[in-house]
Amino acid sequence: MRAIHKRQLRMALRLTAAVVTTAFFLFPVYWLFMISFKTADEIYAFPPVWWPASLQFGNYLVLFKDGDATAVWNSLVIASVSTLLAMVLGTLCAYSLARYKTGGDHLSNWVISQRMVPPIAVVFPIFLLYAFLGWVDTYVGMILLYTAFNLPYVIWMMRGYIQDIPRSLEEAALMDGCTRWQVIWKVVLPMCRAGLFATAIFTFVFAWNEFLFALVLTRTEVVTYTVQVTHYFGGQSNFWTKIAAMSVLGTLPVFVAVVFMQRYMVRGISLGAVKG
Amino acid sequence: MPHAQSGPQDRYFRHLLVAPSILVLLLVAVFPLIYLILVSFQGITMTDNDTRFIGFVNYLHLLEDRRMWEAVLHTLMFLLIALPLELILGLFMAQLFLDQLPGRQVFIALLVLPVVISPIVAGATWSLMFDDRFGPINQILGWIAGHDVHLLWTIKPELVYSAILVAEVWQWTPFMFLLLLAALANVDKSQQEAAAIDGAGYWQIFFKIVLPSIWPVMAIALMIRALDLFRLFDIVWALTKGGPGTMTETLSIFTYNQGFKQFETSYTAAVALVIIILLTAALLWTLRRVELSR
Repeated sequence: MRAIHKRQLRMALRLTAAVVTTAFFLFPVYWLFMISFKTADEIYAFPPVWWPASLQFGNYLVLFKDGDATAVWNSLVIASVSTLLAMVLGTLCAYSLARYKTGGDHLSNWVISQRMVPPIAVVFPIFLLYAFLGWVDTYVGMILLYTAFNLPYVIWMMRGYIQDIPRSLEEAALMDGCTRWQVIWKVVLPMCRAGLFATAIFTFVFAWNEFLFALVLTRTEVVTYTVQVTHYFGGQSNFWTKIAAMSVLGTLPVFVAVVFMQRYMVRGISLGAVKG
Repeated sequence: MPHAQSGPQDRYFRHLLVAPSILVLLLVAVFPLIYLILVSFQGITMTDNDTRFIGFVNYLHLLEDRRMWEAVLHTLMFLLIALPLELILGLFMAQLFLDQLPGRQVFIALLVLPVVISPIVAGATWSLMFDDRFGPINQILGWIAGHDVHLLWTIKPELVYSAILVAEVWQWTPFMFLLLLAALANVDKSQQEAAAIDGAGYWQIFFKIVLPSIWPVMAIALMIRALDLFRLFDIVWALTKGGPGTMTETLSIFTYNQGFKQFETSYTAAVALVIIILLTAALLWTLRRVELSR
């Protein structure tokens, strides 16, 4: 009897700790979402109120009416196109690295080290180059930079996923008279579909959330949502309604993506080192 | 295939696959490098487009630039405080969620959320949280203290570091947690049980059995986070923009200010180049010790 009691007590304690921990990590998210539904009066109430009187979408409507929501569209265009490009180029490269050991470990290590160079050191010369080419504040410039920025990640992750596929399948396909392109297209890609999908979503999220490159390389035409959020911080007063609503617009797609990323989360954020 | 028959046709094919990616990477890796080297030896500033080569002037200036060294110091401070905090908190959380618990998967799914939020949004969120009048932090502190609290979290020199650290640790502890949870789940239970029967205590088991077996994952998690903290920008930008004054300027923010606020083109090039060189050295050193690929 006592043993059972003790176990129940332990479980209850652990559960309480789990709830408290989760509440701590979710509270700021709640606060952000909640503010986006508040009216100005509710936001500037003192002491702060913890829930809005009603769910009103006025703050979002304003974003669309003022044209600020274009920033979300810009993020979408830049993140999607650059993800597509990086996936195509990166997966082909990854296949060669995984199967032919092209360039050996040196090339692979060089590729992943490119991911770790601080963006500030790269963006400075890139800015001067783009200024020269007239690419500042254009889709082309942003898409190319994000493609290049995400390429090492795609190559590295897809290399791992391709290494997980048994070679024998490809050998059999070659025996049956498939060309090498057909092997990639009909055997390799279908086999690592899950990996492709997970990597694409991660790549999209990285591009979607990126700030520093966008801060330096956009002005008015292709401003992304992350930069747009910072525009609402004023010296004296902040546009709280807009900060919150724009942040939520930018965060919702990522939360939706997480649902699909769940199984690949650990592998995705550990650069493939942990195959959780 | 590949290995069995590695003919000239194969060699062509495999290089064809690699070529476009490597070309793109070389463009963004090698071009900036050459450009930085060139410009860093010139004397270009906002007012003076002096393209004559002036030798190591910028590098000498860098050595005695107090503001830069302070930025280095701030960066290291954030790194040295945030990294252990994230590790320890992450480890505690991983222990908490390791065994069966009602709704375990739901908890874990929810705890992931901070990691995927854009750091700039995370910073913005915390600046709303830390607002002296309309934020909940001062309100909660007020409840505890029993009177109204009006702490200026993002303005007062003695408070800004805590504010930034809270936001940073909030966003990335779940990252540590997830990786350590995966690592802990793979630790061989029977070994721990055997040790417990032999009379080993909790900490003994942890340090002698658990820690060595989760170390490879832990090392990778630490490496990834250390590299991220080294280039810390977004959260600080959203909360303080490096202020008050230059109090919370990190190396990245300092470089940004030099390049895009003061337009010290040549000097910024020198700083950026030094950052790349230092980081590459650190990275090569670590990569040789950490097994990132299997």
